[in-house]
Amino acid sequence: MFWHILAQPELWAATLAMATPLALPALGGTFSERSGVVNIAMEGIMLIGAFFGVYAACLTHSAWLGMLGGIIMGAVMSLIFAWVTVSIGADQVVVGMGVNIFAAGLTTFLLNMIFGYGGTPTSTPHLPNIHIPGLSQVPFIGPVLGQQNVVVYIMLLAVIASHYFLFHTNLGLRLRAVGENPQAADTAGINVWNMRYLGVIIGGMLSSLGGVYLSLGLLNSFEPNMSSGRGYIALAAMIFGKWTPFGSLGAALLFGFSTALSMYLQGTGNISTNIIQMLPYALTILALVGLVGRSTEPAADGIPYEPNK
Amino acid sequence: MSVCLEIKNLTKRFPGVLANDRVNLELRDGEIHAILGENGAGKSTLVKMIYGLYQPDSGSISLHGQELHFSSPRQAIQAGIGMVHQHFMLIPALTVAENIVLGSEPGNIHYRRKENEEVIRQLSKQYHLEIDPSAKVGDLTVGLQQRVEILKVFYRKAKVLILDEPTALLTPQEVEQLIQVMERLREQGIPIVFISHKLDEVKRVSDRVTVMRAGKTVATVETAKTTPQELANLMVGREVVLQVSKPPQTAGKPVLEVQDLVVAQGHAEKVRGVSFEVRQGEIFGLAGIDGNGQFELVDAITGLLPAKSGKVVFRGNDITKANVHKRTTAGISYIPQDRHADGLVLDFELTENFVLRDFARAPFAQFGQMHRQAIEAHAERLSESFDVRPHRIHAIARNLSGGNQQKVILAREVSREPELLIAAQPTRGLDVGAIQFIHDKLLELRANGKAVLLVSLELDEIMSLSDRIGVIHDGRLMAVLPGGQATREQLGLLMTGVKLEKEG
Repeated sequence: MFWHILAQPELWAATLAMATPLALPALGGTFSERSGVVNIAMEGIMLIGAFFGVYAACLTHSAWLGMLGGIIMGAVMSLIFAWVTVSIGADQVVVGMGVNIFAAGLTTFLLNMIFGYGGTPTSTPHLPNIHIPGLSQVPFIGPVLGQQNVVVYIMLLAVIASHYFLFHTNLGLRLRAVGENPQAADTAGINVWNMRYLGVIIGGMLSSLGGVYLSLGLLNSFEPNMSSGRGYIALAAMIFGKWTPFGSLGAALLFGFSTALSMYLQGTGNISTNIIQMLPYALTILALVGLVGRSTEPAADGIPYEPNK
Repeated sequence: MSVCLEIKNLTKRFPGVLANDRVNLELRDGEIHAILGENGAGKSTLVKMIYGLYQPDSGSISLHGQELHFSSPRQAIQAGIGMVHQHFMLIPALTVAENIVLGSEPGNIHYRRKENEEVIRQLSKQYHLEIDPSAKVGDLTVGLQQRVEILKVFYRKAKVLILDEPTALLTPQEVEQLIQVMERLREQGIPIVFISHKLDEVKRVSDRVTVMRAGKTVATVETAKTTPQELANLMVGREVVLQVSKPPQTAGKPVLEVQDLVVAQGHAEKVRGVSFEVRQGEIFGLAGIDGNGQFELVDAITGLLPAKSGKVVFRGNDITKANVHKRTTAGISYIPQDRHADGLVLDFELTENFVLRDFARAPFAQFGQMHRQAIEAHAERLSESFDVRPHRIHAIARNLSGGNQQKVILAREVSREPELLIAAQPTRGLDVGAIQFIHDKLLELRANGKAVLLVSLELDEIMSLSDRIGVIHDGRLMAVLPGGQATREQLGLLMTGVKLEKEG
């Protein structure tokens, strides 16, 4: 019976769809932490992206402009986060937690104030699914890879682009250097603050795109706290993936698979739905404890840079 | 020779401290110019200003007659000033090539791995600094990491090389190699500023010396026309005794006996069957190259590491299984090699650091309640008799200079009136004045009939203080020689594992 489920293309399509809102913030976290800023604010920034995506889409009647709006607001939120943590040197974990709580409150408040208690309008435009000519016709592969939401493809391209940026460009080298030893980077003439702002803001844009996918890709509405912990699972995916883009994608796929599997098994009625819904979270803990072992985080991750010390 | 770098009346003030007071320096083309001074004399502040890390309050820096104002290291690099910091500015997770080109990468967007590695291979050939550009810096030895630092400077086309305490972290062999590199660079006409507080190195390698004391440059002399004694006097500002005077003395009963001791860390056996004894009224020096098991041996004697087999006997009692607390109360004192990590609680006051071992006992505490007055009186007494500066018992340990921090540890350990003092690298990184003070105290313990186990990587220190010298190599004791007769050559050979021919 179990093998029968694995043979269903819908399971794998759902895996990819469920992995996307994890892979994007995990990628975002990778950028931020590679530059040396611990970022646990992905959860909050996703909510910001999700809400402002819907709001901008309603105002402009365009899902694309909605996506742009969500990403811009995610970047603005990250800019504030970067200012407090990088320029002022406040504790990154505390501020990150603050951003999460603030974003949850702000988006719920704005939802009620702008849209009333009825929620966002059902007429909100929706980011389209894409049918790739040819590929979508291939049996099994087609439904999995050929007809996903546009954000899924953006995510896959972002993973490749991030890998190239971090490991094959001069700017990527500088960003990683700042995350490993800011003092050394500074004496080599690199502006540590600029690099960290860059890392945090790119990270925020990717995280908020994850939020946009939830509100404009999977649904076409915004619900309070709709990120429901994905920002934190993304954090785990980032660590599990050893702070690399492909690693983050791999971990996100694993977590996405367990979510997809729990959705499928819910239909069978043999197993309690509570247990099944717990699966991705249990897997997160197991993955971090057992499989990762000694992880190799950027050496200066989480330490504010103060020169002359 | 023409003047290359000229510094005139440079002044830098920090809150409460005048770090540099009208400092003058003149560097000529193709010379090695040493800046000699004790810790805290202002050497680091001076070079940080030259390198653009600090901005001077007044005075001028000029290179080849052109006055320069740097607000960041980037500008100093562009002007042709290269610096190798005392603590390396390297990124262990990146490769040699990545570390070197970082900040000055060729091309626009794409990182050209192959091309960069080739350029660095050429550069390392040109300056005779052989290195593998694709190796990870974290996998290199300290000496090779320093090479990467020097290459970094030349990659940026430096015209002046500043070396800030370059020998501090090197083994004697690596120091030798560095001196050769410096001499080759001089042949190529590159002027070098060499910062140090070690007289012998300065004497050996430099053409001229500028001595700094208390933020001022006190003199610039030609190295060939001066003596170590004169330099030491200039540096400290008073007559310094370079030679330790040690009256002859017969040793008494054994205090510490180590029998066939084996110590393992993880799977590796670091100490493999070592036996020796330390007697009353003697200083037993343990010489060896770093990493040959000497510090694991010390940890096993103090109880920080368990012995795998063998025995540690203290005053006739087997203490092999005893915990650290039992050993210290029995009369073992210990000066650890890393005073920041193991010797002090840096963020505690001196009062608290003085009683770290005995805070729970009378007269400092009773029924679990600390006696502030007794502790403060004790701190006053120690800080007075060991001349700890500043003389404020509520000062935070972190804010003291290295020499004074070491005095605090020494005061704490000696005031417990131990039968055995284990001193691991007690003068590491200290200046001449503080070294003299600590050596005097060790000799005082010896005169009072106590036993001292001195572990040091500095051969001079071992040779001038020890009554007997044990040489450790690869976890084994190669030989025990009488202190007065052992020569530097003999010890050097034993340290590298060469057995001596028995004479007669």
